[in-house]
Amino acid sequence: MDEKVFTKVRSHRRLSADVVSLKIVGYVFIGLFALVCFLPFYLIIIASFTPEKTLIRSGYPLIPKEFSVEAYKLSIKNPESILRAYGTTAFVTIVGTILSILLATMTGYALSRKDFPWRNGFAFYFFFTTLFGGGLVPWYILCTRYLGFKNHIHALILPMLFSVWNMIISKTFMAGIPAAISESAKIDGANDFTIYFRLMLPLSKPLVATLGLFSALAYWNDWYNCMLFITDEKMFMLQYYLQRMLGDAEAMKTVAEKSGLPLTAVPLESMKMAMTVVATGPIVLLYPFVQRYFVKGMTIGAVKG
Amino acid sequence: MDEKQRKKMARVPFKKVIKKHWMLLLMLAFPVIYVFIFSYIPMSGIIMAFKNYNYKGGIYFSPWNGLANFRALLIAKKLGPVTRNTLLYNIVFIFLGTILQVGSAILLNEIGGKVYKKTAQAFMFLPYFISWVVAGAIMYNVFNYERGIMNQVILGIGGEPFDLYNKPGAWPFVLTFLKMWKGTGYGSVVYLAAITSIDQEMFEAASLDGANAWQKVRYLTIPSLVPTIVTMTLLAIGGIFRGDFGLFYQTVKSSALLEPVTDVIDTYVFRLLMSSSKVGVSAAAGLYQSVLCLFTISVCNGLVKKIDPDYALY
Repeated sequence: MDEKVFTKVRSHRRLSADVVSLKIVGYVFIGLFALVCFLPFYLIIIASFTPEKTLIRSGYPLIPKEFSVEAYKLSIKNPESILRAYGTTAFVTIVGTILSILLATMTGYALSRKDFPWRNGFAFYFFFTTLFGGGLVPWYILCTRYLGFKNHIHALILPMLFSVWNMIISKTFMAGIPAAISESAKIDGANDFTIYFRLMLPLSKPLVATLGLFSALAYWNDWYNCMLFITDEKMFMLQYYLQRMLGDAEAMKTVAEKSGLPLTAVPLESMKMAMTVVATGPIVLLYPFVQRYFVKGMTIGAVKG
Repeated sequence: MDEKQRKKMARVPFKKVIKKHWMLLLMLAFPVIYVFIFSYIPMSGIIMAFKNYNYKGGIYFSPWNGLANFRALLIAKKLGPVTRNTLLYNIVFIFLGTILQVGSAILLNEIGGKVYKKTAQAFMFLPYFISWVVAGAIMYNVFNYERGIMNQVILGIGGEPFDLYNKPGAWPFVLTFLKMWKGTGYGSVVYLAAITSIDQEMFEAASLDGANAWQKVRYLTIPSLVPTIVTMTLLAIGGIFRGDFGLFYQTVKSSALLEPVTDVIDTYVFRLLMSSSKVGVSAAAGLYQSVLCLFTISVCNGLVKKIDPDYALY
């Protein structure tokens, strides 16, 4: 209790003009920046719930006046394609994230073992690929001509499965876990896989959470691999589906305007908004769950790549 | 580990290592194969830059054509402009990005209210969580001529609507804004972590000496961040010839009018590759970029090593 009173008194005394002015600048700047970051999301969500007529008549509202879920109903009206895109994206994200966490941490663990004499050789083998690469073209030709990536689900998972950066982050993190823990387990007869699964992984929660978030983000938000390798509409991922839909909407609008045809076939404004919300949604909801680990996990990443 | 120990370990015979560490080697097997296929084989594919690629011959059996691909690149006269664009955009991104990230990290640290801070930080992260597709869509909704939010506001106050998609000159500013919007919250975390690791006793000592809050930021916080700033900047400079493909591709949407101010090496290589007759030329442009990148990374790493060996990449 004494401690509390003391800090209270002290903080009161410290609140001089310079502290107040710095705080005001801080609150204002951070507040404005946060607002700028948030505002577009807010506008899109509001617009997605606004009836199409109102959008056309008076543009995007700042404050919601009317409420309608028409746009969402319409975007799910063609459920097959959008639900399939959702399914593909969810599958790719879950499988890709789990596998890439396992690969990065397993490799990181093997290379963090100080008693493993070849670890530097292997580390360089991986690391060299971040310094020099063949570039997009040979990689693309390899994937399409030799590995059969065209319209294959592999094309959506494999390209992002293993990241050398994630491996380095894992290695750095696991090197920081006292070696005595795994050594004592070893004396008790545990083998390397047991140590990795039963000891190192549970001890690396911030690492796993951070890697998991980054991988899930990368997979969920991927449109690039889909654009390069997938032409079959049945295998489109959500972001690429959205990209195509928005692109088609613009093209159709231009055609309709030029030819004087009615705009009935064109995806509606509010529907585009609803699609954007639908495509973004779940991944943003992940943030609160991993926020706890986030800063810690990312700090490891900051030091040494 | 001292020199003696290292020498002792280097002498461990091959068979013994395999016998003792076969499980670790098993763990490494898949990543090693993966990297071999997806990184080292494409590396050998740089020979495509010197070949007249055809589908039948593939990477290795297409006929050689000497420097014809590079000659075609020079004749196209695009390499200069796209290199300039890549370089200038990245210089601005690095410079402004560092200022904004450091600034918001310092200010986030200064504001006391926990709820305010957490909420603001979550909001600042939000743009980082969306794909460039969504970011491009948002941008279009803000700036498009007919129904864009910005033009509605301008019309509302009686101004002339602004057609961004017909004004190439405005794009460097808009793209810079977008990049900052998307990356600042994420980028500030590194500096936030660096600030929290500063020795608090220094601040107390400074207070006793009569330093005010601004002076503490100016003479303690910022100087303490300099090593991190230098390192992060040098690492970023290492990738200065690599354009952010998503940013340029998803916002510009291959508009010929905007190309002179928005085309970067990555979008150029991509475009060449997609116009299938120019695969070899595209590979040549890609090789040009890879060599530039290797050069800048080596120089930057050398500098980091001199300043703070702990942060060096290799």
